[in-house]
Amino acid sequence: MSDLNKNYFEKITYRDALRLAMHDAMQEDKNIIIMGEDVANYGGAYGATKDLLKLFGKERVIDTPISEPAIVGAAVGAAMSGLRPVAELMYVDFFGMSMDQIANQLAKIRYMFGGQISAPMVLRTQGGTGRSGGAQHSQSLESWIMHTPGLFLSMPAKPNDAYHLLRHALKIDNPTIFIEHKLLYNTTGTLDKNDIGAPFGKANILRKGKDVSIISYSRMINYAEKAAEILEKENISAEVIDLRTLYPLDRETIITSVNKTKRALVLSESYYTSSVPSEITSIIFENCYKVLKKPVIRYTAEDTPVPVAPNLEKNYIPTIEKIVEYTKKVCN
Amino acid sequence: MSNTLLPKLYKTMKRIRTFEERVSELFIKGESAGTMLHLSIGEELGPACVGTAMQENDTFTTHHRGHGIFVARGGDPNRMLAEIAGKKDGYCKGKGGSMHIADMTLGHLGANAIVGGGIPTVVGAAMSYKYLKQERVSVAFFGDGAMQQGILYESMNMASLWKLPVVFCCINNQYGMGTKIENAVGVKDFSKRAESFGLNTLHVNDLDVESAYHKSKEIIDSARKFKPGFIEIECYRFYGHARMDKSPYRDESEESEKRKLDPISFASNQMIKNNILDEADIKKIDNDIMIEMDKAMEFAINSPINDETEIFKDVYSENDPLPVSLDEKINKILNN
Ligand SMILES: Cc1ncc(C[n+]2csc(CCOP(=O)(O)OP(=O)(O)O)c2C)c(N)n1
Ligand SMILES: [Mg+2]
Repeated sequence: MSDLNKNYFEKITYRDALRLAMHDAMQEDKNIIIMGEDVANYGGAYGATKDLLKLFGKERVIDTPISEPAIVGAAVGAAMSGLRPVAELMYVDFFGMSMDQIANQLAKIRYMFGGQISAPMVLRTQGGTGRSGGAQHSQSLESWIMHTPGLFLSMPAKPNDAYHLLRHALKIDNPTIFIEHKLLYNTTGTLDKNDIGAPFGKANILRKGKDVSIISYSRMINYAEKAAEILEKENISAEVIDLRTLYPLDRETIITSVNKTKRALVLSESYYTSSVPSEITSIIFENCYKVLKKPVIRYTAEDTPVPVAPNLEKNYIPTIEKIVEYTKKVCN
Repeated sequence: MSNTLLPKLYKTMKRIRTFEERVSELFIKGESAGTMLHLSIGEELGPACVGTAMQENDTFTTHHRGHGIFVARGGDPNRMLAEIAGKKDGYCKGKGGSMHIADMTLGHLGANAIVGGGIPTVVGAAMSYKYLKQERVSVAFFGDGAMQQGILYESMNMASLWKLPVVFCCINNQYGMGTKIENAVGVKDFSKRAESFGLNTLHVNDLDVESAYHKSKEIIDSARKFKPGFIEIECYRFYGHARMDKSPYRDESEESEKRKLDPISFASNQMIKNNILDEADIKKIDNDIMIEMDKAMEFAINSPINDETEIFKDVYSENDPLPVSLDEKINKILNN
């Protein structure tokens, strides 16, 4: 990262935006530390902490043993005791073994102890399909977190949001789960540090439209934008809403948009059943049922584990063609 | 006896290495399913000696670097490579891939992409064998990284408490991804940890596969008599963590030094020195293996891909209806 001090980037990768966010935050706040498997020497399995060891030293950028429950748990304890840790889980799938520390400890510390203390930390991780990682390395588990009161949850799609949301998460007094997508790291966009930035709980209308609202987050946002371009050529004007954070969730923007377009498609790589998309779908039904012209469609991954075979994996998640097809039917 | 044993162990190690080289080629040809391919080149001694010391009905689980162990336990290279290519003829119909390869008929209870994930499985398998009065041992293979997972110690304690026919086998290749073992543990003596649970222990730290075989066999044989054990095989991961990793975190001089500690050339030298086989014999073995593995690669490349309905199969028992596809769910709503 040669231009650490630049304030505006015409083109920066999602990965570098995250690195820069951690870098800038660590410069500002001496109590921020980074801990996780291969975050220091290796620079993170997906490169998001590259060079931070060189810049901040091994007291602040810490390689841990492969002990996920204790990585999360120790970060919780450190957060309760004066530090502001950024703990990294290499794959979101390791929520499996870490869930006690996340859901029973981290999420509940403030409440159980009557508001005496919080655990202001960020748990960074990445999920999603796209590398034939199979059933244990490709999941989208945000619904587990959204199902757990006490946790902020951020899933940015764009470098600018990744930067500002991570910076924001490192200032607030709540634990934040920050879920990246393995296929977003190499994507690029602009970054304006002077932007007021994405606050938690404020969705971004990436594209204005009048016929249908496509509501999504994380990597699927890029699919939604491509689908919207195709739909435009067929005279369907789709509004694309990037939720950016799932807790707090910007219900107002969703409701206002659907009240205007009267049609909605919720798009996600998570499951259809008991999931973030099913939650958003019911919010729309509850609030917009009087104006809806068609049922709200949730287009998600299939309700099965993730297959390895590339041809199966590709069709296991939404495809742009099908987004277009279903949106056309919703607008019919 | 050693006249046939060493060539057998040599052959197993050579088959493992040649197999892994084909995995690598599969990747280069763009025929592998993804890049999460963890090769065991340089680590063949452990799979060969422990795999050979196990008996026919014994079972095992492996970590993500498990191709070698499966080859040593009789895995069919054709179906293994087809699995790694994500094809229909693969052991798991291409749905599991390199990190989740399994074959219940050969006692392979599953490779695992979760570090430590397959360790308690062998405890449960051994509980069944003991209850069902079957004389079988179950062996968990895992890396040095898994020595830092709590579940290993929960499993060791159960094995010891219930006197189960279990062996925990750590393939210590000195690295967990880019982290050197010294940066991952406070105390490096793994046997001590196992001893504290009352397990029999074995620490192999040389290249003599034949002697490692005999010692491993003792551990496995006593496990069969309900005295669980722990084996640590020290070795070196010759190449990157996964196929794309160029190991920038370690010196090339370290690598070239450590690659000299090659169990395969050691065994071949031993055979020549002790007049067990001559160079021509060994060349013949190597050549046969090469032909076998080339054929396996061809098989994998020519194996068909699955059609999309395969996504929905095997989620629940075949007596139950398949999960409803999104296309069906969505079209039903929209056509209402
Ligand atoms: C629970 C869990 N944590 C982290 C990972 C990511 N990961 C995959 S392999 C690996 C290193 C494992 O090292 P080791 O157990 O020594 O096995 P080796 O790769 O050296 O054979 C890591 C950290 C994982 N797959 N599962
Ligand atoms: Mg290792």
